[in-house]
Amino acid sequence: MEASFQDRSAALRPSMGKAAVSALLPPAVVIGLAALLHFVIGPAIGYFYAKVLTDVGIAVVMAVSLNLVNGYTGQFSIGHAAFMTVGGYAAGSVVYYGHYLIWGSLQQQGGFLGPSTLLYVVALLVGGLAAALAGFVVGLPSLRLRGDYLAIVTLGFGEIVRVLVTRTNDVLFDADEIAAASPVTLLTSVGGSLGFTGLPFLTNLFWVWVAAGAVILFSYRLKRSDQGRALLSIREDEIAAEAMGIPTTRFKVQAFVYAAFFAGIAGGLFAHEVGTTLNPQELGFQKSFEVVIMVVLGGMGSVTGTTIAAAALVILPEALRSFSDYRMIAYALTLILVMLLRPQGLMGLREVWEIPAVRKLLRSGR
Amino acid sequence: MLRLNDLHVHYGAVHALQGVELEVNQGEIVTLIGSNGAGKSTTLRAISGMLRPSRGTIDFEGKPIAGLAPHVVVGLGIAHSPEGRGVFANLTVEENLQVGAYTRSDKAGIAEDMKKVYGLFPRLEERRRQLAGTLSGGEQQMLAMGRALLARPRLLLLDEPSLGLAPQIVKVIFQIIRDINALGTTILLVEQNAHKALEVANRGYVIEVGKIVLADDAKVLAASDEVRKAYLGG
Ligand SMILES: Nc1ncnc2c1ncn2[C@@H]1O[C@H](COP(=O)(O)OP(=O)(O)OP(=O)(O)O)[C@@H](O)[C@H]1O
Ligand SMILES: [Mg+2]
Repeated sequence: MEASFQDRSAALRPSMGKAAVSALLPPAVVIGLAALLHFVIGPAIGYFYAKVLTDVGIAVVMAVSLNLVNGYTGQFSIGHAAFMTVGGYAAGSVVYYGHYLIWGSLQQQGGFLGPSTLLYVVALLVGGLAAALAGFVVGLPSLRLRGDYLAIVTLGFGEIVRVLVTRTNDVLFDADEIAAASPVTLLTSVGGSLGFTGLPFLTNLFWVWVAAGAVILFSYRLKRSDQGRALLSIREDEIAAEAMGIPTTRFKVQAFVYAAFFAGIAGGLFAHEVGTTLNPQELGFQKSFEVVIMVVLGGMGSVTGTTIAAAALVILPEALRSFSDYRMIAYALTLILVMLLRPQGLMGLREVWEIPAVRKLLRSGR
Repeated sequence: MLRLNDLHVHYGAVHALQGVELEVNQGEIVTLIGSNGAGKSTTLRAISGMLRPSRGTIDFEGKPIAGLAPHVVVGLGIAHSPEGRGVFANLTVEENLQVGAYTRSDKAGIAEDMKKVYGLFPRLEERRRQLAGTLSGGEQQMLAMGRALLARPRLLLLDEPSLGLAPQIVKVIFQIIRDINALGTTILLVEQNAHKALEVANRGYVIEVGKIVLADDAKVLAASDEVRKAYLGG
């Protein structure tokens, strides 16, 4: 208090520089790694493995974002794929009809950071926002109530989204017709039960892993912040959290909206991936269930645990192709076993480097 | 400082509080005693905003606070250490305390209060990196009280701090309640251990099925026949 303003600001200056570095370094690392994956590793490992890596990235976005709800705040959402659907269709519409309306055709404009990519990135964000809005509408009423309402409501929401998408009209592909159509017509012409076909393949390792890195960083920073501790305390004991002055409903809704946003982005990534079709069956309950398993398995609240579980659950079935018929059975059994034996998940709240054995290893390495 | 007037609370059809009248003055320790289900916890929950009264008023430092949200009430200077402690088991001791300071943003003040709490509860400082769920019952109670103190309340609501603790620990807890009060925090203490509670309190209220049936100086209550028969085992 006694120090003059100059003294204090002088003392602050070097740490401000440090703060800027520590704020900017992680995103820079994410972008660097994503570029490395896209330009070096992807081409080196070939099409098949690059596709697996892309799928892993999308699964990471889904699982780590669901962890915000099921892990941090201890709610139980079982309809995460519905937000992926909302985001996927929103982003798909923007990219598909955007191309026709702006350039008159689906022809890709420019290369890696060209105009088409720009439109695609905007579309991803639109998809995220659309899903976040849906998350708010679904979350606000159900998170006010205690107990398992959220599970039921998210399940119902998934069904509603599926049925609504099934009812949409065929995709338009005549440039003049599209130019003359109203926005409502365009938004309801997304392919019905056949799926939204014809979406350009703009998703690549770079964008997938930028998104995955973003959700990982966001979650981890949140966990270590005041707000993150508040979220965790809700899951630990909601009444006590409320007594501490934490606005529990608001925070639960917030976490839910953040999660929906990232699921929406994942939907946009999925929609424009090579070898996938955006259709109402693909992103149904089964998909939601897979994501729940990733979170439960990885550890309710552990960012690294969820990431590892997501990767494992994408890679293992690929490696064990011949067993893929039994995949859902294996998932269900795994879920039951984990719930019975280790309800907090394999890693609980801990991050990889917080596991005692790993800690010891790190310490002895130094 | 705090005044409850004709306070009624319903849980659905259950009429849990039926016109409670109670007052706490600045600097006091006031205890609210009564048997199981009398409405003690309900009274505290209504004060801290976790329950909305169906009738009556709650005034804190002259302002009506009945029906305000809990985070608003905490902000006004009332902290509630709930029944059953409710520590956050998978967070560390220190993180629990940080959550207690959730409504505050004065970093320096929080650090100062953190030191104060560690001064009151040296055991917590020794275990600051330990997960709260691995603490003993007595330590968890200390943590629950310390956590409430980090909101820097002027009025502290304590719900059965001695519940389920060994006699030696109970003694420690009640000494700390005295210390907290001596440092300037007013306390409303809910207890089933009427003997101990009346020993530390200045004044006391006896609640039976949702109504205050006795109110007096703690010493007078402790000596009165009704209280001795009903709550002090003869
Ligand atoms: N959530 C609830 N729903 C319905 N009734 C409740 C609820 N909580 C408490 N009650 C009822 O309200 C009455 C008062 O309960 P309260 O918890 O305030 O008692 P108490 O004096 O704190 O008892 P104890 O010493 O056992 O903690 C009891 O009859 C109880 O059954
Ligand atoms: Mg009680």
